[in-house]
Amino acid sequence: MTAALELRGLAKSFGRTQIIMGVDLAIEAGERHAIIGPNGAGKSTLFHLISGRYRVSGGQIFLHGEEITNLPPYEINRKGLARSFQVTNIFPRMSVFENVRCALLWSMGYRYSFWRTVDREQELTDRADDVLAQIGMTERRNIPAAVLTYAEQRALEIGITMAGGAGVLMLDEPTAGMSHSETEQVVSLIRKVSEGRTLVMVEHDMGVVFDLADRISVLVYGEIIACDVPEKIRENKAVKEAYLGALLEDQEAQP
Amino acid sequence: MTDVPRVAAGVTGRSQIRRFGFWIFFLVLLIVAPLVFNTTFGVSLLNQMGIVIVFALSYNMLLGQGGMLSFGHAVYMGLGGFMTAHALIFIDEGLFDVPLPVVPLFGGLFGLLFGILFGSFSTRRAGTIFAMISLGIGELVAGLSLIFVFFFGGEEGISANRTDPMPFFGLRFGQDIQVYYLIAFWVFVATAAMYFFSRTPAGRMANAVRDNPERAEFVGYSQRIVRFISFSAAGFFAGIAGGLFAVNYEIVTEENLNLITSGTALLMAYIGGIGFFIGPMVGAVLFTLLQSVLGAYTDIWQLYVGILFLATVVFMPTGLTGILMMHIPAAQRGTLRQLVLPYLVAAGPALAALLGVSGLLELIHHANTAPAGEGEMGLFFLTFDANAILPWLVFVLLAAGGIAGLRLLAPGLAAAWSEASGYRPRGGPK
Repeated sequence: MTAALELRGLAKSFGRTQIIMGVDLAIEAGERHAIIGPNGAGKSTLFHLISGRYRVSGGQIFLHGEEITNLPPYEINRKGLARSFQVTNIFPRMSVFENVRCALLWSMGYRYSFWRTVDREQELTDRADDVLAQIGMTERRNIPAAVLTYAEQRALEIGITMAGGAGVLMLDEPTAGMSHSETEQVVSLIRKVSEGRTLVMVEHDMGVVFDLADRISVLVYGEIIACDVPEKIRENKAVKEAYLGALLEDQEAQP
Repeated sequence: MTDVPRVAAGVTGRSQIRRFGFWIFFLVLLIVAPLVFNTTFGVSLLNQMGIVIVFALSYNMLLGQGGMLSFGHAVYMGLGGFMTAHALIFIDEGLFDVPLPVVPLFGGLFGLLFGILFGSFSTRRAGTIFAMISLGIGELVAGLSLIFVFFFGGEEGISANRTDPMPFFGLRFGQDIQVYYLIAFWVFVATAAMYFFSRTPAGRMANAVRDNPERAEFVGYSQRIVRFISFSAAGFFAGIAGGLFAVNYEIVTEENLNLITSGTALLMAYIGGIGFFIGPMVGAVLFTLLQSVLGAYTDIWQLYVGILFLATVVFMPTGLTGILMMHIPAAQRGTLRQLVLPYLVAAGPALAALLGVSGLLELIHHANTAPAGEGEMGLFFLTFDANAILPWLVFVLLAAGGIAGLRLLAPGLAAAWSEASGYRPRGGPK
């Protein structure tokens, strides 16, 4: 069976600085996969490479067996990969509803059409409202996205990412900067929207990671030093030494 | 299929009526306007307004809708105008024949052609680089217009005769009022088409790319193609405006495509409010009025337009339409009346500031241009001696007092507006 997402010898350098050094990784369809690692390990860079934001310096990327290396972001998206961003990345002057509707347009086949208005497309409107209901934003439907609270913008970010129905969802630190209760809500939202899809996420909150992930990859200095189910990762000696030990003790020490 | 309440669906009955309402109002306005302003001057003013409304709206497809700051939009209007003039000449020469109302379409198609041509490379990038390229193209075409004399007619431009085409239901369009209804027809059609465009997937994504080009790529859209489509469409409608210009004035010159004309598009759209569909229309009407009414009264009308533009950029970036829209919450709550008194009070110092500043500017202008020793000048229906100290003193006092008064009243005005709109004053109790 072909993997939903496969990286072969993926490498990226900026000038002479190597950020990603030959990453091999296969993520099965339907899997929830978390990528963890210390700051500066290259997690976001890896995301940017896969989603087409950066050009790769070496290696290949396959989506459902089809090579997507160095394709522009919009073509990768059309092939069924959607991502969110670590820094909220929405359409600030458009309404919440319009943010979601724009995320739906291509996947529903509207392409660049300029001979029909979006107002008359009932199915489009219904689908966008469905997404709003799923992310719990129906009440905020008609206000500009820029005036949402931070947590709401993060939820909208996830809404935009999952709206198009992509088979592979990539979430970059979806709970960053959130309070405990907000984090819980986002986790249940992620659990819901990743149902029947492949999920790849970068996350710093180990509670979230061990709660959600089927498998975990540990990225340290541009290399994956371990990739396994959560229990094994927890026990892995190299991981403990490099990263996890200190972090887990930290989190357990907190009341 | 879904349990989302239908109330939340895109188009409710009421908003549909409201949307239709605007178009009916607009249509009636277009029909009635020349019956009210029925002088030669009035009709020629209306014709001019119609032309620049289409031009300003097409410009806002770039700036307001697509986030593209263009300094060369007159290129497409000018080229459309020249093409239309040539079409009229071809008709005169008997190459082909169509009724006059169809002729502006040649301008539109020519504008579209060059929108596609120049858009194909200038829309690769947004922001500063796009602005630079648009400036370059503007200079380039204006420069070329003096070289390709056969098409642009050199400094004299190209003249044409609009009565040459075959009659249209017996109309030959010799009179201004007939031309008015031709222009009004195109204004209505072009405005409706541009509004329609803004509601299509391509138009919606133009907004999305304006807001966040990167995000648009990650939902499946190439920012470049989205900009390219808007740019080409804007070229088409600018070309229509140029075609209407050629039909109305029967002459097109280099002035129609140079950077100054491009600048007026920016001015009109911004003063009117680029964030609203009707903003550029408001700006176009105001600009035409200032140009012809103020222009007839003072030589330095462009200075006043410049000041208005600066004031808009600094104090009210949402434009005149934005200021009107600010009052919708109060209107909906029925508290608009609360604002009458504060506004009337503020009108005093505002008027004083206006009189003072313009009086000073006119005095300076008079001192610069009047023959030596010639002190008598007329202003605001008064005649006085510009060499005396008194007028200067009066205008300085008016300006200073007015501006000081406005600054004093500003917080109170803002508070009155917040209260009428139902917003809590900043920092106030919950």
